[in-house]
Amino acid sequence: MSDWPILSVVTFLPLVGALFIFVVRGEDEVAARNARWVALWTTLVTFVVSLLMLPGFDAAAPGFQFVEKKPWLGEIAAYHMGVDGISLPFVILTTFLMPFCILASWESIHKRVKEYMICFLVLETLMVGTFCALDLVLFYFFFEAALIPMFLIIGVWGGARRIYASFKFFLYTLLGSVLMMLAIIAMYWQAGTTDVPTLIQHGFPVQMQTWLWLAFFASFAVKMPMWPVHTWLPDAHVEAPTAGSVILAGILLKMGGYGFIRFSLPMFPEASHLFAPLVYTLSVVAIIYTSLVALVQEDIKKLIAYSSIAHMGFVTMGIFSMNEAGLQGAMFLMISHGFVSGALFLCVGVIYDRLHTREISAYGGLVKRMPLYATAMMIFTMANVGLPGTSGFVGEFLTMLAAFERNTWVAFFAATGVILSAAYALWLYWRVIFGPLEKESLAKMLDLSPREIAIMVPLVALTILFGFWPAPVLDMTSHAVNFVVARTETAASAAKTAALLLSH
Amino acid sequence: MPSVLPPLGAVLPELLLALSAIVLVLIGAFQGEKSANLVNGLAIAALVAAGVLVLLQPAITVVGFHGSMLVDPFSRFMKAVSLLGAAVSLIMSVDWLGRAQQARFEYAVLVVLSSLGICILISAGDLIALYLGLELMSLSLYVMASINRDSVRSTEAGLKYFVLGSLSSGMLLYGSSLLYGFTGTVNFAEIAKVATAPTNGLVFGIVFVFAGLCFKVSAVPFHMWTPDVYEGAPTPVTAFFATAPKVAAMAVFVRVAIEALPHVTHSWQQIVAFVSIASMVLGAFAAIGQRNIKRLLAYSSIGHMGFALVGLAAATPQGVRGVLVYMAIYVVMTLGSFTCVLAMRRGGRPVETVDDLAGLARTRPLMALVLAALMFSLAGIPPLAGFLAKYYVFLAAIQAGLYGLAVIGVVASVVGAYYYLRVVKIMYFDEPAEAFDGMPGELKAVLGVSGLFTIFYFVYPAPLIEAAGAAARALF
Repeated sequence: MSDWPILSVVTFLPLVGALFIFVVRGEDEVAARNARWVALWTTLVTFVVSLLMLPGFDAAAPGFQFVEKKPWLGEIAAYHMGVDGISLPFVILTTFLMPFCILASWESIHKRVKEYMICFLVLETLMVGTFCALDLVLFYFFFEAALIPMFLIIGVWGGARRIYASFKFFLYTLLGSVLMMLAIIAMYWQAGTTDVPTLIQHGFPVQMQTWLWLAFFASFAVKMPMWPVHTWLPDAHVEAPTAGSVILAGILLKMGGYGFIRFSLPMFPEASHLFAPLVYTLSVVAIIYTSLVALVQEDIKKLIAYSSIAHMGFVTMGIFSMNEAGLQGAMFLMISHGFVSGALFLCVGVIYDRLHTREISAYGGLVKRMPLYATAMMIFTMANVGLPGTSGFVGEFLTMLAAFERNTWVAFFAATGVILSAAYALWLYWRVIFGPLEKESLAKMLDLSPREIAIMVPLVALTILFGFWPAPVLDMTSHAVNFVVARTETAASAAKTAALLLSH
Repeated sequence: MPSVLPPLGAVLPELLLALSAIVLVLIGAFQGEKSANLVNGLAIAALVAAGVLVLLQPAITVVGFHGSMLVDPFSRFMKAVSLLGAAVSLIMSVDWLGRAQQARFEYAVLVVLSSLGICILISAGDLIALYLGLELMSLSLYVMASINRDSVRSTEAGLKYFVLGSLSSGMLLYGSSLLYGFTGTVNFAEIAKVATAPTNGLVFGIVFVFAGLCFKVSAVPFHMWTPDVYEGAPTPVTAFFATAPKVAAMAVFVRVAIEALPHVTHSWQQIVAFVSIASMVLGAFAAIGQRNIKRLLAYSSIGHMGFALVGLAAATPQGVRGVLVYMAIYVVMTLGSFTCVLAMRRGGRPVETVDDLAGLARTRPLMALVLAALMFSLAGIPPLAGFLAKYYVFLAAIQAGLYGLAVIGVVASVVGAYYYLRVVKIMYFDEPAEAFDGMPGELKAVLGVSGLFTIFYFVYPAPLIEAAGAAARALF
């Protein structure tokens, strides 16, 4: 099993598909159809190959698995890939969501289909690579390069204000990331390597950790996004095509959380403890403030975008609780939010394709014409609210449990966020699905097509499955998470000892 | 036993260039205007041959002509890069020269002469050779800028460049004389031995010499000529201006700073750091308002010189390696970008505003793809070559503890990303304008090679990095 470079295959297989679409020329309609099918098959095969990792993956084994290491940038950086219990769920989430994105764009994208599919396949390579990279420079390559296809996706196939949104997305995230690049360089000179497993054990001087933590924070906080640097997200979400929103909410946002767990906590444990109150504050503000903002939105996508920011507030709160429940909860919430928010955007896409508007006021009473759609949307809305029995519940519960252990007030304010999320999500559902079917434009709306049913069914099943049986994800992440927790705790106790010694 | 004869083997590329320039002038003089293409072809061959000779030289340091000429790995690297720039910009001008009113054989001869000056400049081991090389290079450039003598813009560009260039040469000479006066020698190695403490006279000399060099690399505050000359000169000439002479000027900048003034680093480090910051920031902000693509690229090149100088400000082998890698990658990216500018022709007439690129992704998808890659690369986005260029200079800056410089640099690169993105936006997001005329084969080839290098450089970056590393160590 381990004698072939499975991670490189999963990472670069989409690129092969993209190359194939690129070289095949032909009539416009035929080429478009070919591009769609090639993209769909590539993403499906990539998903299957990524699943092949599961039998060979030993969640209890320490360290990284499926490791590949080759010289690349001389002494500066190596091509070092590997996964552990933290990154593997994200890899599979990425490969899992991609076929849905392709399917969701099947009919809604008419122009420049070839380029569209190439962008998505390149993006898949970069996202998988981001989660697999075990070298900071390599990580930065994938992390930053993902901006280019996303910029094009928003800018070329987006809505009316797509240019503003794409520039804002690109420049915001770039500004955060360049500071991380300087931090990576500083770490290289301090530790002599950019190899992640080595750096996790390295132990940077506390003074330096503060600066490095802040530089990484600048990048990941923008990516998450955390209040107050979240403003790019609603714009990007609203203007992006449906599949772009799915990827943005499902995967790209998770890069921030992944970065915190993979780099910030184990590499800068003392600084993480130092800054935990700051992150708590920002998280609580994000949870409450963005939930309130979500309440007054008139655009469905914008509402879901704000709800994503609120959920990411729970994630950062869980991560910086720095105990097992918090990290497990954050991991689970990210995975769950990955496909639930993706599914919600797909739901918006379904009605947008029919009516070409996302104004909430344009809808109402859809349940009468679209019962299947109403059912699917209800399940995802409930998962978004965090109803027990859906996957959304597990993560929110665990993160609040963890926060309660650290600080009751933080847990209290986060809990009000749960209530607010129920308010805006259910109100949205009520306005769109229930009520009298008065508007003439809605009278001819058709229910889900077979293609759309094929998209919804697996997502619904997964939402409910993980709601009742979260063990597969939790088991996979538990050992890796415990390692991170142990790392931060030793640092914390060491800091305490030092403080005690100083006070004596 | 010391040799009586000068070591001619070490200066074989220069000899070849000098002889070819003479032969080409004769061919042109006897055959008249119709020989332009022949002369151009031969000039390209001479430049390529000189480049091959440079690469074939052994990796050792040879000091010739009583210390006036230094042939070391550093000069080999920089000569190879500049000759590449010169040869490719001549290849790019084939089609342009073919058009009736431009057919002048003198153009190719001037490029060869200028390249000869460049090689002498890069190899200069004392202030006299430096000045000789610089003037040979610059005088050819002044004429080249105004080669399109019927065009007002071209003559204006040439005149402007000449007046400002002479001023900077004057400053350089004045600085050189101060350096000579306070150290008693013109030889770099000898200056290094004497200049161990920053006396007032020495610092004055350094300031004036650096001012002259900053002019040649078009670093702020001596950048004013750049946008006007870039815009006014014919595009192939601009492509040459933006590559070979800049590489040479940067090379001699590094050599004077590192080789002649290693013990007074603190005196010039802050000058370089200031110039670098000013160039990065001005390049980023001033380009935002530009509509003419040549002016835009001019401000972009000012910014890029700022980034390259970040490496010099570090004053370490790492930093010099960063400068070398940066210049090599910059030359390839710039040549590609100017190839695109050359290909912007409608109905046989060149167009130059950024808006003329509208919708290029649909009228010419491949050209748009390469230009987009070049723009992202110039902006410094991984995985493109331009990112690695920036990475290596910032690597050196952080090592040297220049945190402020590094932070300002990366922030300026984000600001700069805005106008590169705008070019991509116009090509990909806007509605198509009328398609451009067909692209001549040689331009396609240059654009293809430049694009492939920019996109795929990250796959196998080792050779260039190692060569640059070896070249940088030769100076320390």
